[in-house]
Order: sequence, then C-alpha cells, then structure tokens
Amino acid sequence: MNRQTRPAEFGGSIPADTFTGNRALDIEEALVFEIGRPEVTGVDIETPADFSPRLGLLERKPGIGLPGLSEPEALRHYVRLSRKNYGIDTGMFPLGSCTMKHNPRLNEKMARLPGFADIHPLQPLSTVPGALALLAELGHWLRELTGAAAVALSPKAGAHGELCGLMAIKAALAARGEARSIVLVPESAHGTNPASAALLGYRVEAVPARSDGTVDAAEVEKHLSAEVAAIMLTNPNTCGLFERDVVAIAEAVHRAGAFFYADGANFNAIAGKSRPGDLGIDAMHLNLHKTFSTPHGGGGPGSGPVVFSAALAPFAPVPYLVCDAGGLRYVEHAGEAEPGAEPFGRLTAFHGQMGMFVRAMSYMLAHGGDGMRQASEDAVLNANYVRAGLQDLMSLPFGERACMHEVLFDDRWLEGCGITTLDFAKAMIDEGYHPMTVYFPLVVHGAMLIEPTESESKASLDLFIATLRDLAMAAKRGEKARFVNAPRHAPRGRLDETRAARRPVLRWTNPPPQLNEQ
Amino acid sequence: MRYLPLTPEDRTEMLSRVGVRHIDDLFADVPAATLRAPDLPPGKSELEVERTLAQMAARNMAAGSVPFFIGCGAYRHHIPASVDHLIQRSEFLTSYTPYQPEIAQGTLQTLFEFQTQVAMLTGMEVANASMYDGSTAAAEAVLMAHRITKRRKAVLAGNLHPHYRATIATVSAMAGDEVVALQPHPAGAGQHFEIDAETSCVVVQFPDFYGHLTDLRPIAEQARAAVALGLLVPPGECGADIVVAEGQSLGNPLGFGGPYVGLFASRQKFVRQMPGRLAGATMDAAGRRGFVLTLSAREQHIRREKATSNICTSAGLCALAFSIHLSLLGEAGLTRLARLNHAHAVELADKLAAVPGVAVRNGHFFNEFTIRVPGSAAAVIEALARKGVLGGVPVSRLEPRRPELADLIVVAATETTTAADISAYAAALREVLR
Repeated sequence: MNRQTRPAEFGGSIPADTFTGNRALDIEEALVFEIGRPEVTGVDIETPADFSPRLGLLERKPGIGLPGLSEPEALRHYVRLSRKNYGIDTGMFPLGSCTMKHNPRLNEKMARLPGFADIHPLQPLSTVPGALALLAELGHWLRELTGAAAVALSPKAGAHGELCGLMAIKAALAARGEARSIVLVPESAHGTNPASAALLGYRVEAVPARSDGTVDAAEVEKHLSAEVAAIMLTNPNTCGLFERDVVAIAEAVHRAGAFFYADGANFNAIAGKSRPGDLGIDAMHLNLHKTFSTPHGGGGPGSGPVVFSAALAPFAPVPYLVCDAGGLRYVEHAGEAEPGAEPFGRLTAFHGQMGMFVRAMSYMLAHGGDGMRQASEDAVLNANYVRAGLQDLMSLPFGERACMHEVLFDDRWLEGCGITTLDFAKAMIDEGYHPMTVYFPLVVHGAMLIEPTESESKASLDLFIATLRDLAMAAKRGEKARFVNAPRHAPRGRLDETRAARRPVLRWTNPPPQLNEQ
Repeated sequence: MRYLPLTPEDRTEMLSRVGVRHIDDLFADVPAATLRAPDLPPGKSELEVERTLAQMAARNMAAGSVPFFIGCGAYRHHIPASVDHLIQRSEFLTSYTPYQPEIAQGTLQTLFEFQTQVAMLTGMEVANASMYDGSTAAAEAVLMAHRITKRRKAVLAGNLHPHYRATIATVSAMAGDEVVALQPHPAGAGQHFEIDAETSCVVVQFPDFYGHLTDLRPIAEQARAAVALGLLVPPGECGADIVVAEGQSLGNPLGFGGPYVGLFASRQKFVRQMPGRLAGATMDAAGRRGFVLTLSAREQHIRREKATSNICTSAGLCALAFSIHLSLLGEAGLTRLARLNHAHAVELADKLAAVPGVAVRNGHFFNEFTIRVPGSAAAVIEALARKGVLGGVPVSRLEPRRPELADLIVVAATETTTAADISAYAAALREVLR
C-alpha cells in the first residue's frame, strides 16, 4: 500500500471531486508525521563494534517519536511539497522591495566546490588562503560599487546588517563621549529599520515624506538635534523613488554630528551607476540575496555585509580582513586590531555567510562592472515600462513621474468596485503570477509595489501588463467573483489567517491537534 | 550578458514607450556628478568564472581531503545526496518568504514539520521557523528572557562557546543590558551561578565548549533558564525555558561558517515573546488543511519598533536541509548516527591519550573532548596541518587572552572519521610532540 497517497489529515476535509483529493499533478501530501515511522530510516549507518559509552547518566531514553522515511518516500514527500510552491523559475515574481531576480545556477555550482563548502571556520588560517582571498575580493567589489572605505562581511542578513551599522554608529558616538538617543526613520521604511534601532535602545522618530513621496531635507533638518544619533534612509525608497535630496540630507545630518545609515535593500537600482559613498552615506547594508542574486530559499539564508565610510571604519566588528603591504591579515579579536581601530564587538560565531559570498562573487564576476550597470538600467527600464503600461488604469500615488526599479500603485482606482488590493493580488495567482508586494509601504493606501527586475524579457512584461489590464478592467466592470473567490486554481484557496492566530497550532502532536474546534 | 533578456532593440522600443530618449533620463533624480562607472573588470563567461573561483577554492585544504577533527560549533557530517538534490528544487530554492500562502504551501508545510521536529528533539513545546545560526539565536534568547522577566542581567556559564559569549556580550552591551560571564573551567566541574533579583537568565551550553556533559537539572532548579546544544537528554527535560542550538550538523555543510541554521525552542506560554517566524496550521475557504505564517503581530513588518526582534530573513533553505536530513534519519537513524559519533570519539580519545604527553580532560563526552598538550596548542595544530592533519581547535584561537588555556585543544570525531584517520592523527601527534 502506498501510504503517501492517503491524505491523513488532522482537521479539514477532503474535496469530493476525486477519491484521493488529488487533481492530476496536484497531489495532496500528508505531514511527515502522518506518513513516517520512528523505526524507518532512509540512511544506512554502520553499527560500531562494542565499546563502553562515556555519556555518564545523560543518555537519552528512546521514544521521542521522530518519524523516518525511506529514501524513495522522502523524495516523493518533498518533491510533491515543492510543487505547491511558486518560485522565480516558475514565473514572474514581481514582489516589490524583494528583488526576485534570476538566480544563476553557476552560483550554486561554485558554492559547492569542496574548497569552499567543505572547509571549517576554525581551520588554521594557513590552510584557507583561498577563502581569505575570496573575502578580500568580495570586499573589494562591494567597496568599489559603493564608494566605501571598509566592509564588515559577517552580518547574516539585512536586518543583522542594520544592527551592525547602528552598533558602529553607537560606538563612534561613544568614542566622542556622546550618547545620543534618537534615530530618525522615514515612515516608508522597512519595519526592520525601526525594530533595529529600538533593539539598541534608541527612540525612533518618524520623518514624514512630502507629497511627492520623498523626504525633504528641510523636514529632516527640523528633526535634527544633538540627541539624534542617525537617520536611516532607504534609497531608492520603498515608493520606488530616488531620494533626490539625499546629498542635502547627508550634509544636514553631518552638520548635526549625526550619522547617515542607508538601507541598501534597493541598491539593485543603482549598482554600477552611482556610489552611495559619493552621496554622503556612512553605513549601508547590502542584501546579497537581493542585488547579488543569491537565492531567497523560501525565507533565507540571506547575507547582509555592511560598508562603512572612513568615519565609521575603525569601529567595524570582528572578524575582518586587513589588506596591507604585508599581505592579508585576518583580525578575529579586538586585541589584534591595528592601531586606531576599535572594533565594537562580534555579531556571530564565525565569518558570515561564506556560501552566499561565493554566490555573490560568482554573480559579480559574471556581470563585471559594465554588466552590473546594465542590470541596474534594465531593472529601472522594466519597472518604468510596467508603469507606462498600467498608469492609465491604476492609480500612481505620486503622479506620473519616472520610478526607479519598482513602481508603486495605490488602491484609489479600485474605489467603489468592492474589491481590495488583497483580492486583486489573489486574482493574479489564478493568472499564474506571484502577486506584487501588497499593503507595503504603509504610507499609501492599499499599496501595490511591483518590481519586475532585470530578469524579465519584453515579451514577459507585455503579457504581464496585458494580464493586469484585463484584471483591472474586470475589477472596474464589477466582476467581483473573479476576485473575492480567488485564488480558485492554487493548491489551496484563501487561507484563514485569523483562525491561525486565534488558536495557534504551531506543531503536530499525537493525538493530532483539532483545527475544527472554535 | 547571458542573464539579461533585453536586446538593444527592446531597450530602444521600451524607452520610447516610456517616453524618454535616454536611459539616464530615468536616473534624473540621481545627482549627475555621482553617475560614474565603477572601476571593475568586464564580465566573464561561465567557463571563466568557474576557472577563477575553482582556482581560489583549490588553495584551501578541504576537510574531506585530510584526516579531520575540528568541531567547536561546526561539525563535518555526511549529508545524504538526496538532501542537496531536494533543496535545489527550483520551487524551494527560488521562492520567497511565504507571504502568499496559497502558492507557498510547500515552504509552509516543511516549516511546520521543521518546527515540530525541533520541538521534539529539544523536548520543548514550541519552536520557531529558524534563526540565522546558533550564536545569534543565543543572543536573541537572552533578549527574550529579559522581556519575559523584565530584568536585564544575563549570567553566562564559563564553558559557553567563547564566540557565543562574545556575540551575546556585544548585543547586550549595545542594548544597555548587563552580562556576567563566568570564568572558563576546562576541567568541567560544576559551576555555581550567582543569581540575584536582577538576573533574567543563566545561559548554559550542553555539551559545553570543552565537550563536557554536565547535568543541567541542578542548574535549572537554581535558575529558570538555560541554553543548550546536543542530542542527549533533551534540555526540555532538564527544565530549560528557552533552548537554542546550531542546526548545521544536520543537512548543512561546514561552508567556512555559514550559512547555518539556528534552532530556537521554548514553552507554549512564552510563544508571544519569541522572535522569528512561526508557521501554523489553519483551513482554506473550502475547509482543507493548510499552513500560514502566524502570530506576526510579534514581528517587525507589523509592529516595527515594538517587535520582539528585528529579524526578517532567517535560514529557510538551511532549515529545509536540516528537516529533510532528519526525516531521512528518523529516530532510529538519528540514534544510530549519534552512537557511531560517540564510538568514534571514544576510540579517538583512547588513541590520543596513549600519545606521550597528551592528556584527555573529559570523563564524559559525546563526540568532542579536550586534550592538553605540552607547550603551545596553536603551534601543535599548525605543525599537524603541515603534515596534512586538521587536528582540532587550539583554545587560544578563541581565548587569546587566557594563557592558562594555551595548551588545550578541542577535538571532535563524527561518523565521517575513519580508523585510518584516527591512526594518522595519533601518529602525526606523536611525531609533532617528540
């Protein structure tokens, strides 16, 4: 009996149109706990010769119930589950501010070279000169692209990079004998910005944008004081617009003795075109999983190196590389730092996301400086092409001006249709698209943030625009069923998130949890 | 450029549709003086990139190419071929955080399975969908303990991994919290923790940095929090309130330190104070079971400065690798694997103890233990490396300011260690110490 075709579900019912609940290639898949058994294993492991254990009295008792699968069962379980996912390789994934660009498979191949994948973070440094060379090369490219003095590679993701940048700022202020208490964050910022500042004890002060969606230097000036440690500005911002006052903002911030942190989540619009260092930023994280094409993997791993201006470079965390006349020197402890350097501490046990470094390096080597520039230009062109194709039907919150790598619509155009941004997004699923980012940024109502990336062909964009136009016209005609019942063709219909939060079922248990109870 | 689908003709046509003459018209808001090409080499073909990076990789001594005994928070295990194949399925590899659950059930169900596996393994009630790695998870655990107790002092056991200690201390210092780090005690005797009205948590590692297995139950009775790591008695049974671990050992390669996967588990009553993502079960419009991200009112994208953590991206694909490997092992396989690891470590300890001048410091251990050598451990490790043996981690690499630890080496064995490796290590060590 093939146990894997029996949808042994806790809670929920099985649709009646087929006996199994399957629909051809769309096959229901039970939990591993419902199909696996603790006595089954898909890995053959030799039995050691008799020996006397030295575990003391701390040996685990059997019976925790972890299920096992044979190898064919495991393959089928995960392959079936994978088919319930939408990925970049499936189709267009225009998720704004997330940069779902093509993930080259060369990067995967390079990251798996034993000389990178099979080396230990605490091997003698004398046995890993190639790894240090890669860190040096990556650091060189990132500094050159950003016009920065130094780079900290160890942050594990964008938000970790924000923490790194703010810690360096805090350390730099402390070195001046100052303990400032406020961080300025525009309202359109990613939630990680205020969360990172708050984690370090800063009071977050919101800076409103002016009517064109960008931050006014004069408004920043009003908020600046001797208590302001830093401003955190995303540029281009999450409305898809370049902060045209950026240089004036940097000057005002520096005059006030504060630092300028840039959120580099949208660096992919300007990589190879313009260097943030030339714009006056002091620290910026780079999401290698956005601009530099390392895969998002369903929510990570990411990688968030931070570049620093000369003012912050001395405070960069360990570990870091020093490249001088004597060659490469790797500083792993504050006590080993060069004169004048005061590393603020350590962010993680080891060196950072080496696997992601190799992938990003592979991406950059493939593009070269000119290719990076072309990629940024294409990303911006594609977003503007989508804007031009939709702006007569959907509403642009800040007028018909050019955008950068992503275009933001609001929901004014849906007024009176009885259809929400969420309904519209779910209807896109039925048309074979991953929806755009919805309800973010928070500064416009019912936001729809579309980032096509440079990876889409013109033909792909033409079909996307035609599809959204068709949906938009249907919405305006009041064809509600196509929206409020969507998605109708996905592996699941709309999921009840309220139920999930009201009675959280966060793990399988035996006996199974009941989903039906109210 | 092979990754860019637009042709020059496409670009011209699209610019005209957009209504501008030149691409830089779309960059009009960027200060013109800063629009300049970076000083970087031109692009390379796939073959050239491969050649360049392969040459760099070839300069490193890969663990699999030599007798290898390094641990200290990252371990070389055999990863079944199907694990790496499955995590490279496009739909797993190239998907995003599952914010549109109807087309992300694959990721969501695997996260729900991962959370359950972690909870079972640690003996805890609930686990999240992963953190960056073990060390950052430990720092988050301390912050969580502060939130729960409304106190701001953490006491760190002396035998906590020194880099975990530094990671926690950095976050705590920057957040204005207090940390009391006790002295390392490589001989592994029990440690007394001073717990006062300001103490929010005691952080203990299991097995500890030096490989010792210390019964955590008395500590849990003394305090009400512990951080542990291991596959022995589940920390949940020892009274831990928060358990974090480095999950790299299952499914994930050494990779020079990352990406790894942080495990984070706790008690149901603390779930709303947990950092990170949580997948939960629910039903769809047709009454079918499905999964979503839930309790997101804890998270930064909803709560901004009031969130439990700033974490966004976690370690999704590494968590998947962990989960697949554990599903393949099952309880039977995991037990056998752990036993084999222990057997090899016992054999290694006995062989090294027989080398003149070497003393094994542990009575009880799992797959890792500490040896004392005459003189500088770092010099011994370098000399071994020159002989093509990666013989462990000199404690001085992580504790350079403690000369009293300079003669200690932390040594690990796993299922990948062979009898020949062990003999080669013992022989090389004998020569180096002669």
